[in-house]
Amino acid sequence: MMPGRNVLFPGEHRSFAVMLRGTRQKDHGDDTRAVQQQQQRGERSSVHKRVVAGLLALFAAVIALMVLAQPASADGEQLSGRIENRVEGVKTPLAGVTINAVGGGFEGSATTGEDGTWVIPVPAQGEYAVTIDVTTLPEGVGLTDPEKVTFVTTVKPPNINRVVIFPLGQSTATTTSLWEQAAQLTVSGLQFGLMIALGALGLSIIYGTTGLTNFAHGEILTFGALATWTFNAGFGLPFILAAFLGLILTALFGWLNNAALWRPLRKRGTGLIAMMIVSIGLALLLRNLYLFFYGGDKAAYAEYAGLAGLSFGPVSITPTDIVSMVVAVVALAAVVLIIGKTRMGKATRAVSDNPSLASSAGINVERVITFVWVLGAALAGLGGILLGFTQQVSFQMGFQILLLIFAAVTLGGLGTISGAIVGSLVVGLFLQLTTLVIPTELKSVGALLVLIVILLVRPYGLLGRRERVG
Amino acid sequence: MDWGYIISVMIVSAFGVEAIVFGLAAIGINMQFGYTGLLNFGQSAFMAVGGYSVAVTVIELGANFWWGVVIAFAVTIVLALLLGIPTLRLRADYLAIVTIAASEIVRLILRSVTFKEIFGGSDGQFSFGADFFALSPLPEDLAFRIGPVVLNERQIFVLIVGWALVFLSCLIVWLLVRSPWGRVLKGIREDEDAVRSLGKNVYLYKMQALVIGGLFGAIGGIIYAVGNEAVSPDFFGTDTTFFAYAILILGGAARVFGPVLGTVIFWAIIQGTDVFLRSAIDIGVPVLSLMTGTQAAVVRFMLVGLGIMLLMIFRPQGILGDRRELALDAR
Repeated sequence: MMPGRNVLFPGEHRSFAVMLRGTRQKDHGDDTRAVQQQQQRGERSSVHKRVVAGLLALFAAVIALMVLAQPASADGEQLSGRIENRVEGVKTPLAGVTINAVGGGFEGSATTGEDGTWVIPVPAQGEYAVTIDVTTLPEGVGLTDPEKVTFVTTVKPPNINRVVIFPLGQSTATTTSLWEQAAQLTVSGLQFGLMIALGALGLSIIYGTTGLTNFAHGEILTFGALATWTFNAGFGLPFILAAFLGLILTALFGWLNNAALWRPLRKRGTGLIAMMIVSIGLALLLRNLYLFFYGGDKAAYAEYAGLAGLSFGPVSITPTDIVSMVVAVVALAAVVLIIGKTRMGKATRAVSDNPSLASSAGINVERVITFVWVLGAALAGLGGILLGFTQQVSFQMGFQILLLIFAAVTLGGLGTISGAIVGSLVVGLFLQLTTLVIPTELKSVGALLVLIVILLVRPYGLLGRRERVG
Repeated sequence: MDWGYIISVMIVSAFGVEAIVFGLAAIGINMQFGYTGLLNFGQSAFMAVGGYSVAVTVIELGANFWWGVVIAFAVTIVLALLLGIPTLRLRADYLAIVTIAASEIVRLILRSVTFKEIFGGSDGQFSFGADFFALSPLPEDLAFRIGPVVLNERQIFVLIVGWALVFLSCLIVWLLVRSPWGRVLKGIREDEDAVRSLGKNVYLYKMQALVIGGLFGAIGGIIYAVGNEAVSPDFFGTDTTFFAYAILILGGAARVFGPVLGTVIFWAIIQGTDVFLRSAIDIGVPVLSLMTGTQAAVVRFMLVGLGIMLLMIFRPQGILGDRRELALDAR
């Protein structure tokens, strides 16, 4: 790309046109004004059409991908669950465990299948007591809380498929030293931090160049994972090929996002806050399209699921974890190099510093923005694909990680590149290491609280420039 | 297809408890976003504080319902101050990120096993409205019928009180925004620096708007709690906040009756679509009946998302609003 070639000074060009329009209006009075208004209206309606056509293209792409996947959810009221034994994060499904449900004059029972799942369809909405028959559990496995044999649960909208969870584990508590736990958590924190960084870097450069706080960024991440899963588990392609195709599709999806929605909006001069709210609408729409076509269940890729962990001293780590960490580091380093060393990267930094100055210096701003969208989406897609290993693929995986991405970006300083990466690693480590002191279910609470505290002390982030952001 | 049933469901939902709850939440957002330009993406946290304060006060502390309302207001003010102090001096998107984070913090704490003894975990709390319903002057066997939908005496009482509160809130908003205080708020929305240069303490005004808007949200949460006689944490997720935003933008931001009109139309459309799709599946309408029931339930969320996008792009002023007044722009 040669930014120096197509010099049209877009910014000045535009203001020139405005000036012309203004003077003409003064000279000719009402007749011409009416004509002009008509012209403007014509322009605006063609922009309207472009926006609508863009939106349609965007959804058509999403739907086309997803029609290929089969809907997964069942119909009607039911109680369901999956009985798994969980030892140090490794889950094994238990078959042949009996579950009973009683309520509203109804009695039903089910036995878990090979994959550990059970379903009891219930006749009506209402309250049901669900009991696990502990005598059918295999030797050495018990409830982590022996009191909790029975759960009382209510089946009513919106939860007409009620999932009941029995916490299982080794009956005897395992004892590991604090240091061993800390070492294990540091590794998993670094890994999670790298996944967050892949999302955060894209979010940050898109914010830097366009000013858009994109609440639909998590859905791009989900897109990558779902596309890969579709190729892998749906079409039976080998995982590496599926991931490659998924990554390309996600980059295209990012390009489409920009070309179909955000570029027309920028052309119309839509404000940044309005665009932020549009991105919320888009996130809601995409997330529920995913839910519509893929259902609410989590799914694993067809290969590399449930590999045994390799032990390095106190740290146990699966081969997929190692590979995904290496891939993430390579991808992040590549992007840092691209932005730091190449001509396009230099142009990107110029645009994020001052778009109008960059454009008057001969940089094609729209081209830079397209590049940034494709790059950002590809990074997010990679994050989603890798996250699919540790968390499995689901329609809301991106949404669930989005706030942590925001926390990381804000922590490092909005719009800075090194800040996004450092912020992500800090958030990832913090998330995992705090579980030494606070319950695991509250770890996100801690990370989000830190975000608020950081904003109190260093609103420009850890690595951001000290400047006025108010 | 039973159109009579669909239409009566639409009427009942247009004026039902959810319409009231989200109307009040949207009135609060209108105060913050419509008039002051503050992007509060954590309205669901204020609603949760309202609903849960009442539930926990009655069930866990064994106190009177009305003490719960007092506590709800107190906690709401504290929450608004906590969120406002670090962020109101910063750019608008910081407030957005912090408030949405805060709403997730509140939801995660409410549904956690750690605090199950207090908040009831993911099932929430049930039946705490006795003191509220004791005030009801309505006869016990009263029933109101709209087509096949029947409302009992308790539901009617909640609706009467709820709509009275909605209109009272509108009156308060109307009085506030036409006062000199309200003009300062609009000034902040239009040009913060100009207002600051006139010697006004912008920070203080923003804080007041955040607190007042939060209080309307808390009232909404209380109505939700008594209307269902239950609170559950997952109702107070981010989707709830964005539903309220959709309602506000639909009706028209920076208009006193915008949220009210918005909520009536919003719920009629949303529940109408839901019932329509379900009955279409039941009687086997071609194409539509390819959907399952769960898929049909998802359609409403897609509609809300699409609605937010299209409204924001093509008609950001909503039904009642004035495009010139509401110049939503970066600040």
